[in-house]
Amino acid sequence: MPVKVKIPTPLRKLTANKGEVEVDGKTIGEMIENLEKSYPGLKERLCDEAGAIRRFVNVYINEEDIRFMQGKDTSLKDGDEVSIIPAIAGGNIN
Amino acid sequence: MLTIPKKFVDDMIDHAKSESPLECCGILAGKEETVTHIYKMKNTENDPDKYFMEPKEQFVAIKDMRAKGIDMLAIYHSHPHSPARPSGVDIKLAFYPDAIYIIVSLMDAAKPVIKGFLIKEGKVEETAIKIN
Ligand SMILES: [Zn+2]
Repeated sequence: MPVKVKIPTPLRKLTANKGEVEVDGKTIGEMIENLEKSYPGLKERLCDEAGAIRRFVNVYINEEDIRFMQGKDTSLKDGDEVSIIPAIAGGNIN
Repeated sequence: MLTIPKKFVDDMIDHAKSESPLECCGILAGKEETVTHIYKMKNTENDPDKYFMEPKEQFVAIKDMRAKGIDMLAIYHSHPHSPARPSGVDIKLAFYPDAIYIIVSLMDAAKPVIKGFLIKEGKVEETAIKIN
């Protein structure tokens, strides 16, 4: 079940400069594992040590934020488009 | 040099004032180096020292820019009570090396200060902004 994954510019170093890749996966979690197999190093950028998706990484299926679905367990259908987009965030604490 | 029409500067200051004491955030978009659109975004943080752009709105703005054929030129946020320079967290969370990070400081409420910065791999460099 291949899905298209849009890769943001800062992570394209890891995907041989490709802005879109195709990968299999029944869930977001599986998709990330498969991304890591093809593009080592990506998982670490997307997930923390405990395996959870990093707070400052937004992941969308089609247009929906997976935080409001089942997160990493959200299932994927053939032809879904997944977008990985770094959050826009900051703070005032030094 | 990034050129921002004055009306968008006024919009950013109004946005900062209306959200104060919380921070505001948004996107300036346009072509080449001239801003033609402002996206005033929702900050999901309830903490006066943080901002996090609402992800769904961010996605919609990205699609809208693509549809209009314009680019994200700058990301702005406010510092309601501190100077117009990026904090340590601002630097750490600057994931857009091609965008200019604009900070609107309301430290002196009568005289808001706006400054632009390029933040690349932890290095910060102030960049001049033209207001016209
Ligand atoms: Zn800040």
